Amino acid sequence: MYSSSLIEETVVRLLREAECRLPPDVHAALKHALEIETEEMPRSQLMAMLSNVDKAAERSAPICQDTGLPVFFVRGRCDHRTLESIRKGVARATQAIPLRPNTVDPFSRANFGSNLGEGMPPVHLEPAEMDHLDIAVLPKGAGSENWSALRMLNPSEGVEGVRRFVIDCVVKAGSRPCPPIVVGVGVGGTADMACSLAKKALLRRLGSRSGDVTIADLESGLHMQINSLGLGPMGLGGSTTCLGVLVQKAHCHTASLPVAVSLNCWAARKAFARLYPDGRVRFSQEGFD
Amino acid sequence: MNIRKIKSPLDESEARSLKAGDIVTLSGDLLTARDEAHLRILELLRAGHDLPFRLEGMAIYHCGPIMRNEGKWEVVAAGPTTSARLDRLAPELIRRCRPRLLIGKGGMSSETLEAMMEVGCAYLAFPGGAAVLAAEALPEVLSVHWEDLGMPEAVWHLRAEDFGPLVVAMDSHGRSLFKEVEDTVRKRSVLL
Repeated sequence: MYSSSLIEETVVRLLREAECRLPPDVHAALKHALEIETEEMPRSQLMAMLSNVDKAAERSAPICQDTGLPVFFVRGRCDHRTLESIRKGVARATQAIPLRPNTVDPFSRANFGSNLGEGMPPVHLEPAEMDHLDIAVLPKGAGSENWSALRMLNPSEGVEGVRRFVIDCVVKAGSRPCPPIVVGVGVGGTADMACSLAKKALLRRLGSRSGDVTIADLESGLHMQINSLGLGPMGLGGSTTCLGVLVQKAHCHTASLPVAVSLNCWAARKAFARLYPDGRVRFSQEGFD
Repeated sequence: MNIRKIKSPLDESEARSLKAGDIVTLSGDLLTARDEAHLRILELLRAGHDLPFRLEGMAIYHCGPIMRNEGKWEVVAAGPTTSARLDRLAPELIRRCRPRLLIGKGGMSSETLEAMMEVGCAYLAFPGGAAVLAAEALPEVLSVHWEDLGMPEAVWHLRAEDFGPLVVAMDSHGRSLFKEVEDTVRKRSVLL
């Protein structure tokens, strides 16, 4: 299997890459936003963001001081030991990078300083018989996470109901999740599954077209409509409000239509690792699919 | 782009000369304060105690930085946090402490804007997430207060050098760019 130290090491490197380097697809989408923007105010915001990305990479410093909560998605041969190694890696990365210690008790707000806590970090383990182990990390800041939303739609509201709910969420969040945002949408499953799907959707490559025609049309339609709102970078007006819309689905109860929205800020951080049994590790910030 | 340079601390007329839509850079003193610091400031003042730092005329930065101490404190990453979280506490704090500038992201409520108009205070928006750009413009840590609140929530007294771009997004004359954009967005969203 995969040694504890290999997983721990991988987690530290994953977090360093995710926190300090903007993924290429997000970087390209931000550059494109600057190219098509004509107004001075939004241009000033996009230029500051892009310059910040370069400085962070140069210095190996976190792009944003809110280094978020590191949400992990693991697929392959994994179990409780994998979880323990990930926890060790997070504590080490918090010191080494450094990450801001964000994890606190919900009531007392006490902070262990390690980004560990009850149930933290969130790790989605998906055991599967595979010849490699995939670990993805999505550091999620609170500015965007605080605008997450779930609605249990009436099935008769259909795709139109989903579309309306997503637009309403983006309008309600406004300037606060740091637009231009990436919009993750989870449709179906149970209430908790819809939330996980929305978050998992944020791992997909921007611009990748879903193989599901309904989803692909919903994504491109929403992308266009959200950008027609004029909210713009940091909510100060402009042509680009979102960098992409990514939808994931699961089957659901015949009487339900759960839909969840997870927004990501322009600093849409993610990193992927693929571990092989012989100890080799491949890293990517766009995924392996 | 015409960028004006301003210096903190400022007096009332300087703060009132800032108009929504201006883009400025700031040099001089600023103090970080987030949720926990706001709570403690108000708790102390309500009980009739003094604060261990001065806020009058100052710039308050809504920011929970990443700091490093290798012999002395330095700023690693220091972008703004969502200012709207402080709307519940800001009006009273503005009236009691009379800061001249609030710096953050995302804007604040009409109640906060009202207090800003009364006192003569402007809200400057710094691009969210641009934490390294901010850190470079905050070269010196003058002091730290209330470290017991934890690194992000402590009050860091910092010296700024051409910190920006800062967009005057809410001014002491009652204009808010965020509100104007939000109104447009709402009208458009109904038609989609």
